[in-house]
Amino acid sequence: MINVHWYLALSAVLFCIGIVGVLVRKNAIVIFMSVELMLNAVNLSLLSFSSYYGNIDGEILVFFSLAVAASEAAVGLAIIIAIFRNNLSVDVSEINLLRW
Amino acid sequence: MFTYFFIIFGVIAVAAALAMIISRNTVNSALFLVINMGSLAVIYLLLNAQFLAVIQVLIYAGAIMVLFLFVIMLLNIDAEKNLFNKFRFKYIVAFLFGAGILAQILYGIGAITHTLPKASPKMGHIGTVEAVGKVLFSRYLFPFELTAILLTAAIIGALLIAQHKIKPKTDND
Repeated sequence: MINVHWYLALSAVLFCIGIVGVLVRKNAIVIFMSVELMLNAVNLSLLSFSSYYGNIDGEILVFFSLAVAASEAAVGLAIIIAIFRNNLSVDVSEINLLRW
Repeated sequence: MFTYFFIIFGVIAVAAALAMIISRNTVNSALFLVINMGSLAVIYLLLNAQFLAVIQVLIYAGAIMVLFLFVIMLLNIDAEKNLFNKFRFKYIVAFLFGAGILAQILYGIGAITHTLPKASPKMGHIGTVEAVGKVLFSRYLFPFELTAILLTAAIIGALLIAQHKIKPKTDND
């Protein structure tokens, strides 16, 4: 059985890859996928703490965060479709309707 | 045995995540994210969370990624032509920012490594469907019911936002 901090390190690496993906990419769908990756990384660290402490509350929290991620994906993709209809682009640098 | 599995699937997860943010084609990005979610499900199994590993494959790698692929197919997006083929200051700043945050988190984990828990003897039997279901339907019953309302609201909201409306063209814009 390996120590818990390896799981935490893997979670940190995935989270930072998600951050870089959000900063680098311009395609709104890929940015959205990077956000999902960050959510997954946090789920992994919650789950590793839950297993190593022997406390089940962390697993329940991961379950609720899955439900929130599913509804967030549905609403976010609907917003992307709506923007694409009006703007014919998913490039976030061209979506500047609300820019002052 | 556990260590080998952790190393193999951890490396696959990190490589798939990197490939996801690097690849030009959006469909390839989505498929790399599926690989990442699948290897994370194996890591959940190593943590003895069987229920959540199955849920991860079903909901994330199944439902959410199918939704992503459908939207990509629907929008007919072409690949980003000018990703990483010319030097941009923005990329350097983004990678430095990510590396800085990673170093900070790893330093934090390294500093508290003596307070982190050892593997609990209860680890083997808290992740089963039975244990999760017992807690979910007794102590967390009310939040579980609220999840249903949240999902219903999300579906109605998504339908409303993505609805196709033909608006009359206005001249004064």
